[in-house]
Amino acid sequence: MAVGIPCAFCGVRPFTEFTFGGEWRELDAPDAESDFQRVYLPENAEGAQRERWFHVMGCRTWSTVVRDTRTNEVG
Amino acid sequence: MTGDGFVRDPLQARALDMAAAADRSGGRLTLDREPFLTQVSLRLDPSLASRSPFPLPLEPNTVTEDGSHEVLWLGPDEWLVLGEPHTGAQIVEALERALAGEHRSVIDVSANRVAVELGGTGRIAVLATGCGLDLHPRSWRGGMCAQTLFAKTHVILQERLNATRMLVRPSFADYLVDRLLVGL
Repeated sequence: MAVGIPCAFCGVRPFTEFTFGGEWRELDAPDAESDFQRVYLPENAEGAQRERWFHVMGCRTWSTVVRDTRTNEVG
Repeated sequence: MTGDGFVRDPLQARALDMAAAADRSGGRLTLDREPFLTQVSLRLDPSLASRSPFPLPLEPNTVTEDGSHEVLWLGPDEWLVLGEPHTGAQIVEALERALAGEHRSVIDVSANRVAVELGGTGRIAVLATGCGLDLHPRSWRGGMCAQTLFAKTHVILQERLNATRMLVRPSFADYLVDRLLVGL
């Protein structure tokens, strides 16, 4: 079975129902330098990474998910 | 909705195909059109749900029934009210009257999706050929609904007594029937 993504409302659903929203990031930054980092320099972690996923084919809400980028294991 | 002469069911031409497939299954499956099912989209803050004249399900992916109306949970602030053909105006009016003054959206979207009813004991196996949901009875029961993918098309599934209703975009209706006929 395909990778399952846990939606906050619908429970675990196949990843094909979602679009990837990138790494989780702060909504704002205190100064220009850290704002540049926030927007343009993602961590691209090898291992557990907090990500945003949008349930576009389902309830159309965003969820924050921790996924292991090596194994696709979602915790 | 008036002017019935202009309304056309996108699956009219497939009626014979669908009936023939049901015959071939030897009573295990049925595949029926539900032309002109009324669908009204409702967007509303869930804290106002009790104001609706039709009981709104608050639990995700469930359906409430009230006489000839059914309400599907589509999202935390989104519902789909289903009714008999050509009753859209009455449903919209009832909702608008009850929710007057509130921040809401009530739109008749009957032409937005086509309904197909897949019935019989073998239907879950057919659904599972194209759908990634867990359709085991422990997690998929009567009174539930879900928005998901069936093969390549977005579909709203509604589990009813001994049948599953599928709602798809009109332009995908032919594709859905073709795909179901492969699985039957």
